[in-house]
Amino acid sequence: MSAREPSASQDGNAAGLPGATMVDVRGVSRTFRRGRTPVPVLKNLSLSMKGGEFLALMGPSGSGKSTLLNLIAGLDRPTSGEVVVGGAAIHRLSERKLAAWRARNIGFVFQFSNLLGALSAERNVAVPLLLTSFSARERRRRVAIALEIVGLTDRGKHRPRELSGGEQQRVGIARALVNDPALLVCDEPTGDLDRATSAEILDLLGALNRDHGKTILMVTHDPVAAERASRTLHLEDGRLVECGHDGTITVPVHEPAGAAV
Amino acid sequence: MSSFTLISAALRRKKTRTFLTFSSVVFAFLIFGVLAMLQTAFSMGVDLAGEDRLVVRHRVSLFQLLPQSYEADMEEIPGVIDAVHMTWFGGVYQDPSNFFMQSPVEPAEYLDMYPEVSVPEEAKLRWIETRNGAIVGRALAERLGWEVGDRIPIQPTIWRQEGRGDEAWEFEIVGIYSSAVEGFDETQFLFRYDFFDETRSFGRGQVGWFMVRINDPERAPEIAAAIDDAFRNSAAETKSESEGAFAAGFANQVGNLGLIVTSILAAVFFTILLVAGNTMAQSVRERIGEIGLLKALGFTGARVQRLVLMESVTLVTTAGFLGMLLAVGLERGFRQALAAYFPGLYLRPEDLALGLGIAVATGLVVGIFPARRAMRLETALALRRL
Repeated sequence: MSAREPSASQDGNAAGLPGATMVDVRGVSRTFRRGRTPVPVLKNLSLSMKGGEFLALMGPSGSGKSTLLNLIAGLDRPTSGEVVVGGAAIHRLSERKLAAWRARNIGFVFQFSNLLGALSAERNVAVPLLLTSFSARERRRRVAIALEIVGLTDRGKHRPRELSGGEQQRVGIARALVNDPALLVCDEPTGDLDRATSAEILDLLGALNRDHGKTILMVTHDPVAAERASRTLHLEDGRLVECGHDGTITVPVHEPAGAAV
Repeated sequence: MSSFTLISAALRRKKTRTFLTFSSVVFAFLIFGVLAMLQTAFSMGVDLAGEDRLVVRHRVSLFQLLPQSYEADMEEIPGVIDAVHMTWFGGVYQDPSNFFMQSPVEPAEYLDMYPEVSVPEEAKLRWIETRNGAIVGRALAERLGWEVGDRIPIQPTIWRQEGRGDEAWEFEIVGIYSSAVEGFDETQFLFRYDFFDETRSFGRGQVGWFMVRINDPERAPEIAAAIDDAFRNSAAETKSESEGAFAAGFANQVGNLGLIVTSILAAVFFTILLVAGNTMAQSVRERIGEIGLLKALGFTGARVQRLVLMESVTLVTTAGFLGMLLAVGLERGFRQALAAYFPGLYLRPEDLALGLGIAVATGLVVGIFPARRAMRLETALALRRL
């Protein structure tokens, strides 16, 4: 991992390279249960993402954006259908293998950075490295690179409360990058930030996609944020439609069942 | 950075709550240490009792006297090697609060009977030369600032001197004894029986009780019965028992100390379970989002469970260790302050080990339920609490 060069995923998966299929969601349904009542959230939904793509996923609250994100990130399992990410059929993995897979292949950026308040920025960034067998020296090197990428080299020793909201979110992004994952999943990464800070974070995500080859899947309510993506999908009533950046539907994508976007 | 960094961060998250919980556990283990010390002091006689020694006293009570001539009679009984006698003197030095045990003994025989007592050779010689000579335990000498050569007046409460009314007995300290055996009573004041017997105003030829050495500890009940049989139907019948049984009976006059101490400790540790358990449960409840984050980052449920358990064990064990350390620190002060009443007051290594064992076990019990909850949390649901 270097601050300037694009990288493949840690397990050497070719799916991290531009052009190869990174995410392949096939005919996925997800139904929750509220008491005895089944509540379908996603119905027979399909989606495909290429490596190096920056995809924005929009939709009203409760439309299933986060559910879809969780399925792709290996945080949840579909009721039916298949989820293949970086060539791995993650819907078939055991809990233990799925956790290990997430640690290697996915970087998470949340609405709130959710840093551990008692730890310095660099220690927060280093948390995912606890799951690796890297030497202490290699860990320090990776943390330094991740902080350099997000422009916080000189803030590594600071505690979260000593950082601005934007800086905290940058530390959160550095934490997502430190294991050099091929896919970044971002759940409303600018939802808690003002306009100017949001723009900085979106610039950073754009740079990670453009300069470091990271594939990014971003859930957002914000059309301005979605404009930064190379493609925007809209999820409504359990169906995906492709949109222009002005929000107009350009391609209805859900018919026939299982057809990939 | 290691997993311990995460544990430390979790404990520092709510510093006041952690401090209060930590303090209550420290106090619980301090109480444990002090009670263990007291229990040791009460049972010291039992623990240090010689397996090959019997105590022979008057059948009615310890304070009824026996003829000194029994000593020779007992030494004729098969299995008995040697017998020495002691007598409760019960005098007062300056103030009743300066309580310590005083007894007339026959020096050479007493020191043969108690090899645990270590006296310098020159002190032994001076004891034989000095009619009113006394040897005193090191702890007693330190407490009252006595040195060899000091003349010590002891006011009689039972044994007055012939023709001297309430006048104090005067003894000269000829030596200070110590013992390499941890907890051995170093607070006794021992003086010569011949001086005592010739000087007292009544009861000549009478002694308080006998210590009898036997040749086979396994035959103790049989030899004790033979001694009692030898004096049956006499004016002073005896009751013989092992030194350990005698000491246990003496300690139990206060009550069943073991049960009292165990009951107090049970109450203390039950409270600690509630306090520390509540802290851990709250801590995990407040960190559901954080735990979800760790799981999202790739921490398995088992690993998260271990982290929470280690957090709990770290909290309770560190506090327990500190509490025991404080008890060790207090030990010396307690020994000095209470030496007169509890000469065997000290914290045994096995009690320290037991305390630390209890601390680890308490940490595990306290942490297990929150840890299991953390392990079972569904990652996606937990992340909604971010």
